[in-house]
Amino acid sequence: MHVVDVLSVTRRFGAKTVLKDVTLSVERGEIFGLLGPSGSGKTTLIKLMTGIDKSDEGTVRMLGEQMPKLAMLQRFGYMAQSDALYQELTALENLQFFASLYGLSGSRRKERIQAAMKVVDLLDHLNKPVAAYSGGMKRRLSLAISLLHEPELLILDEPTVGIDPVLRQSIWNELTALKERGTTIILTTHVMDEAEKCDRIGLIRNGELTAVDSPEGLKSASGTDSLEQAFIVLGGGVRA
Amino acid sequence: MRTRALAIRIIRQFLRDKRTLALLFLAPLLVLTLMHFVFNGQQVKPHIGVAGIAPQMYESLNIKDANLTSYDNQKDAEKALKNGDLDAVFSIVNGQPAILMEGSDPAVSRSVILVLQKALQVNLNVPKPNVSYLHGGEDLSSFDSFGPVLIGFFSFFFVFLLAGVAFLRERTTGTLERLMATPIRRSEVVGGYLLGFGVFTLLQASLIAWYSISVLGMYMVGAVGLVLLVNLLLTLTALTLGTLLSSYARSEFQIIQFIPIVIVPQVFFSGLFNLDAMEPWLQKISYAMPLYYGADAMRSIMIRGEAFSDIQLDIFVLLGFSILFALLNILALKKQRAI
Ligand SMILES: Nc1ncnc2c1ncn2[C@@H]1O[C@H](COP(=O)(O)OP(=O)(O)O)[C@@H](O)[C@H]1O
Ligand SMILES: [Mg+2]
Repeated sequence: MHVVDVLSVTRRFGAKTVLKDVTLSVERGEIFGLLGPSGSGKTTLIKLMTGIDKSDEGTVRMLGEQMPKLAMLQRFGYMAQSDALYQELTALENLQFFASLYGLSGSRRKERIQAAMKVVDLLDHLNKPVAAYSGGMKRRLSLAISLLHEPELLILDEPTVGIDPVLRQSIWNELTALKERGTTIILTTHVMDEAEKCDRIGLIRNGELTAVDSPEGLKSASGTDSLEQAFIVLGGGVRA
Repeated sequence: MRTRALAIRIIRQFLRDKRTLALLFLAPLLVLTLMHFVFNGQQVKPHIGVAGIAPQMYESLNIKDANLTSYDNQKDAEKALKNGDLDAVFSIVNGQPAILMEGSDPAVSRSVILVLQKALQVNLNVPKPNVSYLHGGEDLSSFDSFGPVLIGFFSFFFVFLLAGVAFLRERTTGTLERLMATPIRRSEVVGGYLLGFGVFTLLQASLIAWYSISVLGMYMVGAVGLVLLVNLLLTLTALTLGTLLSSYARSEFQIIQFIPIVIVPQVFFSGLFNLDAMEPWLQKISYAMPLYYGADAMRSIMIRGEAFSDIQLDIFVLLGFSILFALLNILALKKQRAI
């Protein structure tokens, strides 16, 4: 069974069509990347998958259920493109809040907070107010929040933006480890070398999904030896 | 459980934010205190010049409620009036009493007339009527009379502002979107806000009521519990209205712009000013204003000592406003999440 199915989805904002007839499926246990320049519609597509937003045409299914559906919001972990954190509260208080929203309480909540913060290497900064966090730390805290309820699906919108290369590497190690344990991961990126690490990539440009394949598959289909070149060839030959 | 988590988060944020706490708790006390001193002070004695009146007549006029100055002729007195030394000139022309007012402040003019009428009545030996009061009393100051309205107004105003800004922040910082990506229901979001803010607004209402009555000595003959109940309902209305309108604001400044549109008209219709002189159809506008019902209930309780059964209409209308605005809030959240 597919974890996410997007079937002929179109989304318009006013007169502007932001997603045009997008169809794709995400397999269980893979890391699926959405690659495209900024403004191409990645975030919009992600929001349709989560059920925060609703498509104008077509259907979205998550784990077999038609979206949007309230109960499904418990089934995935989400990291928004902008860090949505309460600045005046400490990291711990932010984590406690979101954990409670996912139904965690008592010792289980404590346990999960520790585990998630260990993953992103922020255990030492648990009691700091978020306002005192650096940009990279906020990003990692957002990731930790998405891991709290051990979801089977992670949806991450530009998870490594503003994170230095060393940390980016460690986050990718963690994502790979999560994948090994069976978690499906959907993420967006506009960084080519990050896309290389995904199992499969969807190329998106101007709201159109131009190709979906593994990095190797994309390169050979376009007859190029870098993803960047493949993107230009398969995306219609025009640089965004 | 999710409602409680949201309420706890709001309370924690509040406790971190000392400025907002001060605004919520100290600002109303400060303004009330100022009002107390302005409207509860000594009676102002008008300065009246008396021109061309026989000495013994002048003697008998000698009244405590005004500062009298005698002038030899009308001309000198009028000069003093022009110079701003006097509020009025009293003279008798051909046996007919005449008052020339300075006239720029109607309140002063009224008190001049009052003082002189009293004096003339005494001189004419008209028997003084026995005055008794159904409510209040001779000592009821204007502060006592509009104080109950002020208490309600502060609860309403500050909560409207704070709730509006808090909810706007939640939206503009993206945390609302993040919140809506969790399994929280839209009704739980509104409920959490009501609960979190409710705690503070109840504290605020208690503090304002206690301060006004016990420290400033505001006139109060009713039940304290009822005062708190009405205040709580008023603040819940303000809270739900504030968060609802914040959906239509894009910045803190735009929340401020709601004040002249939403708050100021309510003040005019709340009973601070007597509306009897207004066109009857205009008076009816007050029926659409939450503060009108809150102010009416507060006055009824504090000045007339009325019981729950006397003010239940006000209570139910306020409750109705809160429920209506809360439901509209739940509906407005659809803009944030499809379900
Ligand atoms: N709520 C909205 N209203 C109007 N236009 C929007 C809205 N959300 C996104 N867009 C537009 O849709 C396009 C795609 O945006 P987005 O999905 O955020 O792109 P990406 O995440 O790939 O950078 C952009 O042109 C953006 O301006
Ligand atoms: Mg985006």
